Amino acid sequence: MSANAAAEYTSYLDEGETLKSWLTTLDHKRIAVLYLVSITLFFFIGGIAAAVIRLELVTAGGDFVTAETYNKSFSLHGIVMVWFFLIPSIPAVLGNFLIPLMIGARDLAFPRLNLASWYLYTLGGIFTIGMVIAGGVDTGWTFYTPFSTMFSNTYVIAAVLGVFIVGFSSIFTGINFIVTIHKMRAPGLTWFRLPMFVWANYATSVIMVLATPVLAMTLTLVAVERIFQIGIFDPALGGDPLLFQHLFWFYSHPAVYIMVLPAMGVASELIACFSRSPVFGYRFMAYSVMAIAILGFLVWGHHMFVSGESVYAGMMFSLFSFMVAIPSAIKVFNWTATLYKGSISFEAPMLYALGFVFLFMIGGLTGIIVAALALDVHLTDTYFVIAHFHYIMVGGSVMAYLGGIHFWWPKMTGRMYPEMWGRIAAVLIFVGFNVTFFPQFLLGYLGMPRRYHEYPEELEVLNVISSGGALILALGYLLPLLYLLWSLRYGRIAGSNPWEAKGLEWQTSSPPAKYNFRETPIVTEEAYAYSPYKV
Amino acid sequence: MRNEHAIVAEQFDDPVQEYQAATLGMWVFLGTEILFFGVLFAGYAVSRFNYPEAFAEASRHTDVVFGTISTGVLLTSGLSMALAVRGAKLGRDKAILGFLILTILLAITFLFIEGTEYYHAYKEQLIPAFNFTYESPHEKPVELFFFLYFLMTGMHAVHVTIGILIMIAIAIMAGRGRFSSYYYTPVELTGLYWAFVDIVWVFIYPLFYLVSRA
Repeated sequence: MSANAAAEYTSYLDEGETLKSWLTTLDHKRIAVLYLVSITLFFFIGGIAAAVIRLELVTAGGDFVTAETYNKSFSLHGIVMVWFFLIPSIPAVLGNFLIPLMIGARDLAFPRLNLASWYLYTLGGIFTIGMVIAGGVDTGWTFYTPFSTMFSNTYVIAAVLGVFIVGFSSIFTGINFIVTIHKMRAPGLTWFRLPMFVWANYATSVIMVLATPVLAMTLTLVAVERIFQIGIFDPALGGDPLLFQHLFWFYSHPAVYIMVLPAMGVASELIACFSRSPVFGYRFMAYSVMAIAILGFLVWGHHMFVSGESVYAGMMFSLFSFMVAIPSAIKVFNWTATLYKGSISFEAPMLYALGFVFLFMIGGLTGIIVAALALDVHLTDTYFVIAHFHYIMVGGSVMAYLGGIHFWWPKMTGRMYPEMWGRIAAVLIFVGFNVTFFPQFLLGYLGMPRRYHEYPEELEVLNVISSGGALILALGYLLPLLYLLWSLRYGRIAGSNPWEAKGLEWQTSSPPAKYNFRETPIVTEEAYAYSPYKV
Repeated sequence: MRNEHAIVAEQFDDPVQEYQAATLGMWVFLGTEILFFGVLFAGYAVSRFNYPEAFAEASRHTDVVFGTISTGVLLTSGLSMALAVRGAKLGRDKAILGFLILTILLAITFLFIEGTEYYHAYKEQLIPAFNFTYESPHEKPVELFFFLYFLMTGMHAVHVTIGILIMIAIAIMAGRGRFSSYYYTPVELTGLYWAFVDIVWVFIYPLFYLVSRA
């Protein structure tokens, strides 16, 4: 690059430095950074609530906080982590930043809608934080009726309103992604040349768009029922509480796939890059994400096996739930096959990706156990379920999210993170996670119920191990925050393609300029055209 | 050219791409809207399944004559909206403006009729959680019926009101000659939205006005 051209080049980060230039930006990359900042904040709020829970459970007696505070802590933990971290994390941060870059577009189709979705996210967050300051909520993140509408004396309406608003942020993001991926791909970039990350976010967007409105309306009904004492959920008012559970899980089961499908996309990118081989069975990988998205809509009833739904409904939901295992297993086998005879290097993002595959696998296999009608009757509302969904949602999403953040950090900031610290953090998180949650499978199997702030003495050893693991995990989460911030200033300059990865996002400068590419790229090769079996 | 839509938004390559993206975006949005209303229809279905007799009894308190007239008015507004879109495709500003104003007037008429019905319900003391008094063994489920009635027609009325505001904006743009046979995307998208508003009502009407009225 001549000195002259270098002088002309301004990255998206240099396009104005005032707060106003950030808060009014229409650039998808800047909006992604806005999301990164706010989502990180919520992650640590949710994490503090988790710390309260694990501290309370160190002893059997229930002597650290009151039962009421405990209930508010796990509700806050659930609400913040599910709605303000896990669901938006990968799509809103990495997806926003990468999808236009990966498909060779200048921006998302509707930049104003994109900015609006960040504002909605923030507004929802303000309501939720306001709810916490006012006194919290004790319904759990599921807001089950009639407890939430009749009996809870906490700030249900503020919490519901926060979730309602953030739901619209999710819908807008989904609409934006679907339209962008359909209509704005660079010439030559056919559907089956798209990176898996784009496929995964496409499938996720479909779920966001079709499921979120159901949640929004359902929560509206909860609020109406609570305010006016009239409604369709409360049996005392002539309503049907099972209807609430059907509607709630119609969203909230697919929501699990909103969390894990983008994580699968990230894992595919990382595994292909760091094993220098094309994703094995590319088409089946793409079909699998779509299959999981579709099947995800047919399995909500497995959350209701013991609720009083008919046994035949239970059998069908059990069968459909087993079927989700097929595309999920295809993904795991194909990642393994991608690694086979690959030229593997264990950079930090790769460690996260391998951790993701391992944890996702345990989460998936225990998912088959809880999908089985008879076993689930024993395991419902125990720590087994807690461990299972933490393996999927945290082990899955958070590992992949952190892996993705490390992998694309040089693209986002133009600087490298310190590699050794990255590896240490990845290992710490993996170890801490397993020490925290594996004992909970045993606890659940032994019958420790969830949502209780005290438990029988004989379960104390496993709980102490679990809380100890949480401490390691917390350390593992703090490290990236520190060294990534450090790298913003002192990190090595990355260059446009530090990993020698394939994919359009690596063909532009790091960090990219405002409209991403100087000229619209023309795609002539398949995705992941790494030369196989050699570096 | 006077009203050629000269500026394509920066993220798009050409007007065709912009048009296709906007149209697809609208269709996806309408998909979310269907599921939004879907919850209410599901709630209606379950409640009616649980209390068939009470729902039949309650529906006799809605005004079938007003309901039918307002249905006719709304569907007519769908026709005039379609004609406005056709006018846009042919590049006739006056046709767009005229048919849009007609649609707006019909929509306001619809809201007026609905308001009259609400007023009658108020006088008959049928508004749940406000002045509901009803002497019958079916008191609670009848209240549920009217809860759903006000919620669903109210949600629909909100959509009608938003539609009126959008149409006013489009009409102003048409008056300034912003559209041509090359560029009429906003008019067409408004037409799509209005068709959705019509279709939702086509389901609401029989569920609340025609239950067991034979």
